[in-house]
Amino acid sequence: MIHWLILPIVLPAFIAPFIVLAARYQIGIQRVISVASMVALIGIALGLSWSASDGSILLYQLGDWAAPFGIVLVGDRLSTMMVLLAAVLALFVLLYAIGSKWDERGRHFHALFQFQIMGIMGAFLTGDLFNLFVFFEVLLIASYGLMIHAGGTVRLRAGVQYVLFNLLGSTLFLFALGAIYAETGTLNMADLAQRVQLIDEGATVGIRVAAVLLLMVFAIKAAVVPLHFWLPSSYAEAPAPVAALFAIMTKVGAYAIIRVYTLIFPPDLAVTAGLHGWWLLPAALVSLAIGMIGILAARHLDRLVAFAVIGSMGMVMVSIALFTPEGIGAALYYIVHSTLAAGALFLISDLARAGRANLDLTAQPPMAGANLTAAMFFVGAIAMAGLPPLSGFVGKLLILDASFDTAQMVWVWAIVLGASLISVVGFARTGSILFWKANSVEAPEDAPAVARPSALSYVAVGGLLALLVAHTIFAGPATTYTTAMAKQLFTPDAYMTTVLTSKGKMSDAKSQGDH
Amino acid sequence: MEILVASAIGILTAGGLYLVLRLRTFPVIMGISLLTYAVNVFLFASGRLTVGAPPILSDATTYTDPLPQALVLTAIVISFGMTAVVVMIALGAYLGGDDDHVDDPTPEDAV
Repeated sequence: MIHWLILPIVLPAFIAPFIVLAARYQIGIQRVISVASMVALIGIALGLSWSASDGSILLYQLGDWAAPFGIVLVGDRLSTMMVLLAAVLALFVLLYAIGSKWDERGRHFHALFQFQIMGIMGAFLTGDLFNLFVFFEVLLIASYGLMIHAGGTVRLRAGVQYVLFNLLGSTLFLFALGAIYAETGTLNMADLAQRVQLIDEGATVGIRVAAVLLLMVFAIKAAVVPLHFWLPSSYAEAPAPVAALFAIMTKVGAYAIIRVYTLIFPPDLAVTAGLHGWWLLPAALVSLAIGMIGILAARHLDRLVAFAVIGSMGMVMVSIALFTPEGIGAALYYIVHSTLAAGALFLISDLARAGRANLDLTAQPPMAGANLTAAMFFVGAIAMAGLPPLSGFVGKLLILDASFDTAQMVWVWAIVLGASLISVVGFARTGSILFWKANSVEAPEDAPAVARPSALSYVAVGGLLALLVAHTIFAGPATTYTTAMAKQLFTPDAYMTTVLTSKGKMSDAKSQGDH
Repeated sequence: MEILVASAIGILTAGGLYLVLRLRTFPVIMGISLLTYAVNVFLFASGRLTVGAPPILSDATTYTDPLPQALVLTAIVISFGMTAVVVMIALGAYLGGDDDHVDDPTPEDAV
């Protein structure tokens, strides 16, 4: 048994209280510990990805109790890649928060940040639906604190909406879990996958309701239309580094959909037939369209980025909703791209704040450090809009290719290409208002000199953009790997055997005839 | 007993949803509390309703499924903590903005 697998959860879980208890008033020590923890996490995540990359399933039985009664953590190619992605994004976001001094504007930023990472890692690694709920709550409660970090009435107000919406989502999640448990008597994912197959055809009402409820819960997380209303104002009002970290939270929803709807309710399962193609795909296409139209319609830079997140989640969900190995493979490639691009854009929108009164899309005197910020916005916008040469283009190509042979090809192609055009126009308009028109506006005489954002902020954003470039250059190996990942998802036998037949404590007691 | 538990869950859910749609923080928080009560009873019932049986495997022939009880405990603790958090944030927003609407302000309100 590999103890490494639980480290991504345990490490932040220990670091966070340590920061609160031991380094409460020393922001410098907090920063060092926090960054060191993230670097260590990246190391661990790299190790885990390496051991899972040959297709083996890593299993960790908590307390050495065997599934389905014990709680298990499972690391396959998909989970370990998501863990690595979350750790990398978190490191750059943390560097930005330190560079821009966002972490000094309220208390407990670093501790909450670590708890947030703990929840995200747990959600990716768990092999049990109820623990997925628990880790969702962990990441949510930390995100509530981060969301209202630095306070302010507008932010608190957006925070109330965000918390209430997610509380409703959690309640829905519990209803779904109760229904699933009532129908099958288990919540372990591998065990569920076997038991759902055995359900009698005449008695599928309960499990169908549960499958739809669960899909709705994950769709709320992934901000799929019509469950996306919480996203624009919460992401726009959240502190920029927090919003950038939240870029991975929508992906948690996408991850959960991929996991549950390939393992437990696979597309060829008669019980839930039609859920994937009939419901998920149209909703995903509409979110793609709404997100991209929102980019064109937005009047504030931060809202624009929030709509870009909705649009790119729509793109991911379109590809997932095809539920073919090619579709999921393309979606996974796009998830990496979209996380990095959205994170970078949120940070850039904060860079653009330097020296501007607000982020309204109106011509104002040039911001401090405008040239570098403009260049970064240019790169980020190209990536997000999916123009060549960056990875957004490659990802979109993969998605179009994956949908080529399907019956819905016309719809997918029309909406993906049309939405891309709209987003290009939207980003071009924004860039020219923010950076070009600014040069024609005279700064008032008494305008105070504003310092440029710190070098560390630029390093953090530049790091994310460099990763996007690397994701483009190494698109060949990356797609090979995501395709292997998708293949593994569609042949879950190894997953189920590893989880269900690995022995734990007292596994042999049954044969002694006790009970 | 099934009809009693089922209708209790139904009434709690309906009341909770109605209150959530009121769009002011106090009713909405009350509504969410009602919904969490409903879901707690629902989870409890998901292990089937058994009267007077121990929640543990023993020599007796009947027993209650102990797992939903553990799930309910977790759910209660989490929903309790979450409600406390939302009350604090809502209070901060109300005291700061002198307005307890949950939805976005309309342009007329903002003036």
